[in-house]
Order: sequence, then structure tokens, then C-alpha cells
Amino acid sequence: MDQKGYRRGSFQSNTSDEDMLEIAGASVDLSMADDDPPLDREMGGFSTYNGGGMNGKSTMMDFLEEPLPGVGTYEDFNTIDWVREKSRDRDRHREITNRSKESTWALLHSVSDAFSGWLLMLFIGLLAGSLAGLIDISAHWMTDLKEGVCLAGFWFNHEHCCWKSNTTFTDRDKCPEWKSWSQLILGYGEGAFAYILNYFMYVVWALMFSLLAVLLVKGFAPYACGSGIPEIKTILSGFIIRGYLGKWTLVIKTITLVLAVSSGLSLGKEGPLVHVACCCGNILCHLFTKYRKNEAKRREVLSAAAAAGVSVAFGAPIGGVLFSLEEVSYYFPLKTLWRSFFAALVAAFTLRSINPFGNSRLVLFYVEFHMPWHLLELVPFILLGIFGGLWGAFFIRSNIAWCRRRKTTRLGKYPVLEVFVVTAITAILAFPNEYTRMSTSELISELFNDCGILDSSKLCEYVNDFNSTKGDDLPDRAAGPGVYTAMWQLALALIMKVFITIFTFGMKVPSGLFIPSMAVGAIAGRLLGVAVEQLAFYHHDWAIFSGWCSQGADCITPGLYAMVGAAACLGGVTRMTVSLVVIMFELTGGLEYIVPLMAAAMTSKWVADAIGREGIYDAHIRLNGYPFLEAKEEFSHKTRAMDVMRPRKNDPPLTVITQDSMTVEDVETIVTKTTYSGYPVVVSRASQRLVGFVLRRDLIISIENARKKQDGIVSTSIICFTDYCPPLPPSSPSVLKLRSILDLSPFTVTDETPMEIVVDIFRKLGLRQCLVTHNGKLLGIITKKDVLKHIAQMANQDPESILFN
Amino acid sequence: LFPQAPTMFAQCSRNSVSPMVLLVLLVCLLCPPAQASKSSEDIRCKCICPPYRNISGHIYNKNVSQKDCNCLHVVEPMPVPGNDVEAYCLLCECKYEERSTTTIKVIIIIYLSVVGALLLYMAFLVLVDPLIRKPDPYTQPLHNEEESEDTRSLAAVPTPAGARANTVLERVEGAQQRWKRQVQEQRKTVFDRHKMLS
Repeated sequence: MDQKGYRRGSFQSNTSDEDMLEIAGASVDLSMADDDPPLDREMGGFSTYNGGGMNGKSTMMDFLEEPLPGVGTYEDFNTIDWVREKSRDRDRHREITNRSKESTWALLHSVSDAFSGWLLMLFIGLLAGSLAGLIDISAHWMTDLKEGVCLAGFWFNHEHCCWKSNTTFTDRDKCPEWKSWSQLILGYGEGAFAYILNYFMYVVWALMFSLLAVLLVKGFAPYACGSGIPEIKTILSGFIIRGYLGKWTLVIKTITLVLAVSSGLSLGKEGPLVHVACCCGNILCHLFTKYRKNEAKRREVLSAAAAAGVSVAFGAPIGGVLFSLEEVSYYFPLKTLWRSFFAALVAAFTLRSINPFGNSRLVLFYVEFHMPWHLLELVPFILLGIFGGLWGAFFIRSNIAWCRRRKTTRLGKYPVLEVFVVTAITAILAFPNEYTRMSTSELISELFNDCGILDSSKLCEYVNDFNSTKGDDLPDRAAGPGVYTAMWQLALALIMKVFITIFTFGMKVPSGLFIPSMAVGAIAGRLLGVAVEQLAFYHHDWAIFSGWCSQGADCITPGLYAMVGAAACLGGVTRMTVSLVVIMFELTGGLEYIVPLMAAAMTSKWVADAIGREGIYDAHIRLNGYPFLEAKEEFSHKTRAMDVMRPRKNDPPLTVITQDSMTVEDVETIVTKTTYSGYPVVVSRASQRLVGFVLRRDLIISIENARKKQDGIVSTSIICFTDYCPPLPPSSPSVLKLRSILDLSPFTVTDETPMEIVVDIFRKLGLRQCLVTHNGKLLGIITKKDVLKHIAQMANQDPESILFN
Repeated sequence: LFPQAPTMFAQCSRNSVSPMVLLVLLVCLLCPPAQASKSSEDIRCKCICPPYRNISGHIYNKNVSQKDCNCLHVVEPMPVPGNDVEAYCLLCECKYEERSTTTIKVIIIIYLSVVGALLLYMAFLVLVDPLIRKPDPYTQPLHNEEESEDTRSLAAVPTPAGARANTVLERVEGAQQRWKRQVQEQRKTVFDRHKMLS
């Protein structure tokens, strides 16, 4: 007897004992909700459009019977009913519009209701921008804290400490106010002992930061770990995870993100910033009734908040909106597009006014060069694309394998120890190599940078001929010894980053993936760029170079290669397309490089898709078993609805409720004996003609409430789902009318409907369940979980891995 | 626009107040620094001039406004004679930079105080709280929470909930217990059962 079809939410309840306890505690269950206030508090001004008026026929009776608090809300780990939420919102809007003609107050109310969306976007942008500014400044400071401290004021990082002092040209980074730890403790900064002391302090600080981060996450908000984007994708597709976007998660995620980034681990902060912005969106939704009560409208706000999150991470408002559209959101109505852009702009503007980087830039690695590139350089760019695709596929496979091992074996029992060990390994390996010692954002910034005459880094130590330079335009030059040292150090850094990120992403601290992938790509790109540049310099008489790259001309820009490499690797891992290109060209501020970026992004996506179908976020969704119905893939098998529906051929028949012939006791027995989340209501058992669909949660709440509050409702009272209940002899107990909780327009398909159409219906309408009829009579039911299991089965994956309802 | 606002704020408990207070504090304190008037030490024009012939490289800083931020105004004393000035200035790169030290100071201090507060609260919950709570019989089941017990503890809570007086302290206690249960559930889902975020 396979009744897993619509198993009730929560955790896999295998025993019927637990089910009974859950029913008895159904009203208590609601008090666990982080987002909805518990039942025992008064709900002021509860709207009457919640349960009634399902098909538009809101009669006087519906207004008289006010729906109970709790009816129309959802359990944790359940899917929302998009159709119901959207129709509720339309009813509410119609009501307000109708009432607005009555009085000035009502007119003002309707105007403010229309404006509430924009006001909410403004607040979200302000809060997200402020938090991003806080994260940037704190992370900058704490990263430098590992190396030393500023005597002029401990809150200054290295760059700001040396701001006021007069530095010399040759020693641009050193100033007397900034003391490294060995200088502070020992009094001198050179020598083997000072080096060892610096090394030791670096490792100690890194361990302290990461341990503090994991302890805070474990102690206060376990949902704050990881990237957050897979879970937000699932939430936006209609899933409910209570507490995931709550206040404590927001505070802990902000604080621990700074700690995790500062500890030198190979992770970024873009993914967690999206989570932070969505938390802001969710929390601010509580200020407005329109968004607090309606789960579908709330998800529109969350889409806009995700756009604001990416916008502050990269300084790319358009890229943020496109990222939200392409990667994160499930339904993206056009109205949300304009509002998301507004939220992203407000967030970017707020961040700019906080000015975390001291020069009105939003991102640390904003580039400003506009050198032209030649068509023949597309060959190395496509090579970079292939590298990006290969690395992306390799990373996804290994990371998922490692995360699966963490999930299933004993490794998962020691999260704090795991963080400790990974941080220790990262810090110990990172300190000796200067390119891994600096923070990853700074590394990317240096790699994107085009070498000017004033750059003093090792990477720009070319053989200069000062007499022949005119102005700032540097020709291609031979590489000096500094460049060769930098090359092999970068190669070592590349290998280290490729491997350590596999173990870092998915740990129990907030971890993002964008910056490490961009770092890998930027290193590879820069290596290739310098190689091509030296090839062009030494062999400028070859046929391929002679046309455009003569001696003394500045033709190859290694910084551009780094950028293209970064885009290729990021595209290979996340499989972003348009949003990636737009983010990269908003970072560079110019349209010259769109063609190379697109070539690399497309190549990397094709190569990576040839190896593995899913991006990293979809792979994590599948690993965790979230009920996410993929909107991009086609279902191409020839099965029909009758192959997927429940009950199957050998199962007992469908559990139904009749419209006016069952008693309260019968219904309670059905509800306790089965674990389904909803029951179809039919005219009679003989005819099996469909009337509607009623949800388990609404039934339980209504029956309990009726037993307590209404007179005369006993176990033998008849439950009546129709408008006009059949007349009963006067000695029988009073009838319990539950018409208001019945959904009179459930979706039905016939049993011969191809599954392609059924899957399409589920995707486009966001259904939770769909009834199956045969010759007009009710035959069975298909739930979203059945559809997901069927898709998994058809793709030869494990159908039992779909965990949640 | 805010029909629920009075009820919402009246119902704020300690555990929803403390993160709320932190958030409000954050936003309020971030706004003034963003518009703080810039003190004179926070703006500068920085000109970097590379080695030229027999003159070594040098960095010049000066407090000038953005329109005056160029080689002629900042590089003083000019190391080259008059006819070479233009060639020398072509090599120099001048940038106008500004920052706000008050913003940085305020943000770092806010951040450190939040971290400190969280650490103190964690120490309180781990060390002090069990000692205070021991004599209270209602909360005993909460300490023995294993998988089968949490539903029973859920059922145990409504009885004191119905009987309690609505004083602020007791409501705060109730909210804190509820929050602790929530965190425990989340911890079980993520760390023990590995159902999410693995």
C-alpha cells in the first residue's frame, strides 16, 4: 500500500503515532512559525477574503462567517497553492477598488495600497545597501587584521592607515603607522623569526575567526550556513521553509559572513549577500498587510530583493535583475521587473553613499581600461571558455561527491572540527604564497589590472625602457624576472584554489562561490595572457602577429584575458548566460569587451553542459531533495496521467469525503487514519462526481474550532459542504457547514492526458495536486511529489531521493 | 497603510526585539555617517610620478578640491625646469580620493559590539541559563529533547501558556523558550538529520 503520494509535510513521519500527536498538536504547531504569529494572539483586522469567495461568488454568507485564523496558512516544508494565493490577491484588490468609491478614506487606502509596493522596494534597497556596506567595510578591516594592526586607530585597515602618511615611491605599501604582528611583538619586521611569528599569528587569527563563525551559526541560526541560493530558489518556486528568512538568520548570516571571509577561506560573499537581501525583503514584508498575508505576493518581493542583493555585490543593477530573472526566480511577472530594478538601484545608491572603498566605486575590482582587442585573440578566449567549462564540470562533480559524503557518513557529525581542519589547511598553505595570502577580491583586482607605468607589483615588473616611452601608453615589453616569479606563484595558487574550494563550499559557515570561481578563471586567464603577450613580443614577425602586433605597439592586454577567464569559469560553474555577461560588462564599464565575454561564456556553457546537465545550484537542490520542479527542461517521455496517478491498480480506492452524508466522527477517522494533505469531495460514493477539494489543515482547524465554539456540534453531526444542506429531522444534532473551506475549482485532467501536458500544467500554474477523472468520474490524484518522482524515474535517478512534500 | 503596526509592536518579545533592535540600530547609525560632513583630513589628491631621467619617483599628496586635482597644482616643488614640466606631468597620474573616517569607525565599532553581544548571550545561554532554569519543572522536558520528545514538549507547553499571567517578563520567557525550540529544530534538520543545507 503505497501512500507516499501525498505524505504530510514535516519530517518523514513513518509511524502513525506521530501522526496522531501531530493532529492533536495542530494548533500548537502553528506557534512554531517564525513568520506567522501564533494562534493565541489576536489578529487585528483579519481580512475576510481568505477562505471564501474561491470562485468569485462571495455571498453574504461568506462575510457573516469570518474565516478562522490559521485557515489558509501553510505548514512548514510544504508547497503553497499559487492559484489560491493569486486569486486571493485579486479578490482583495477588487474589494479595495470597489470600496474606494465610497469614501475619501477608502480612496486614500486604495492609493496607499498601490504605493505600498514601491515603498517596500525603497526600504529593501536601503536596508540591503546598508548591510552590504557594513559587510564590505568590516570584511576589509578584519582581513587585514590577520597581518597587523594600525596604531593610528585600530579600526583602520592597511590602506586607510597609510592614507595620511608620506610614502615613498619605491615602498608604496609600507608606512610607519601600520605595524605587522612581528613588528608589534618583537619590535622588528625582518628575519626568519619575524616571518615565523607572522605566519603563526596569521594562522591563529584565521582559526579564531572561522571557529567563532561556526559556533555562532550552530548556536543561534543553523539555517545561516551555506550559500543560500539553492534554498532561495526552492522557496521562490513555492516551498515554505520557516525561519530561513528570519531575523536571527539575517543577523547571524551578516556577522558570520564577515568572519568567514576574513578567515582566509576560499569563499566569497555574493551568494550569502543574496540570502541577506532576501531576509531583509521577508522581514520588511511584515510591515505591509498586502505582502504579509499573501505568499505569492511575498515571493515577488523576494525576487526583487534577490536582484538588490546581486546588485550590491557586484555594483551591477541590471546584472542583478537579470540574475534574479534567470537563476533565482520561478515566476517573474513583468511588473516585478521594474520594481526589481528600482530596488537594485536604491541598494546600489545606498552602498555608494556609504562609500566602502574610498573612491566611489562599488566593487573592489572595477576596471577602467578600454584597450582594443583583435579578432585573432578569440582563439585564446575560446580556449579559456573550454577551460572554464571543464573546470566547472569537474568542480560540480567533486563538490557534490564531497557533500554527499558529508551528508551520509560520519564526516557530517563533526561540523566544527571540519571547519577547523579546513581553515587550518587553507591558512597554512596560503601564507607562504603572496598571491594566496591576500584576500581573493584583492587578487582578482590585481589580476584584472592592466599594468601601467606606476604599478609596483611583481606582476608588472617588465623590462622598461624609459627613454622610449611617451606618455602613459606602454608597449608590449619583455617580461622581467618579477613576472616569471609571479607566473609560477600564480600557477601554484591556481592549483591550490582549484582543490581547496571543493572542500570549502558547503561547509557550515556562509560560503559563496562567485569569487573563488572568478579567481580560478582570472589566474588562468592572466597566465594565458602573459604567455600570448610574450609570444607576440618575441615572435612579432610570425604571420599571425605581424599584421596587427608590430614591435612597439600595445596589442595584448593580459588583464582582459583575466576578465574573460573569470567569466568563463563562473559561467561553467553556475551556467549563467545573459546575467553573467551583463555583470561582467557592468564591472568593466564598457561595451568593447562584450564579444570576447560572450564567446567565452557560451563556449564554457556548451562544454560544461556536454559533460553534466546541471549547474551547481540545481545539483545542490537535487542533492538535498528539495521539491523543485525544473522549469527549463522539457519532459519528453510518452507516459500518460494514468501511469503516474495514485491510487495505482492494486491500491485501495481513493479516499474521498462526500458532500453531505458524512459525520464529524467519520471525517475525523479518515483524517487520523491517513496522512494525505487534502481530500477530494464528491457528491456520493456511488456516483464519484467531483464537487471540490478540501485541505487537511483547514479541515482539522475548522472541526476543532467548531467543536469548541459552535453549539450542538457533536460526533454525529453531519458535515455539509454545499450551500443548501439537506433537511434533517428536528431531533438530529445541528449541521456543520464547511462550505467556506472547500475549493470549488480544483484542476482536473483526464486519465489519457499525456504527462508532458500534466508537467506543463504543474509548472505554469504552480499546482500542488491535480485530480484525474475518467469519463467524468473521479479516478485518482497526482501530486507534485508524484510528478517529481516520475521525472526522476524517467531520468534514471533515484525517485526516493525526493524527500520533502 | 499600517493597520497591524500597533498590534505588531505590542507583541514584540525579547527574542524578536533583540535582532530588531540590532537592525534598527544598524540602519540609524549608518545614516548619519553617510551624510557626515567631510573633515579636511578625509579628502586628498594623490599624484604618483615615476622616475624621470635622473629624478627618482615620488608621491605627492595635497588637500585640494576635485577641480584642482592635477599635476600643476599638486606637485610642489616642481623638480624639473619650466620647459620640461609638461613632459613630466604627462607621466604623472593624479587621482582624487575621499573617504569618511567617521563611517569606518562607527561601522567597525557597531560590528564589534554586535559580535561581543552575541558572544555574551551565547555564554549566558550555555553557562548561566541552565543554572537559573533548573528548579523550573515545566522546562525539564525541554532539556531532554530527543527526537521523540519534541512533540510531547510541544503538547506540554500550551497548558502553562493558557494559565500564565500576561506580564512582560513571562511573555518574554515564553518567547525565549519558543525561540530556543525553533533553533533546536533547525539544528536537528541541518546538523543531525542532514535534511537541508548539506
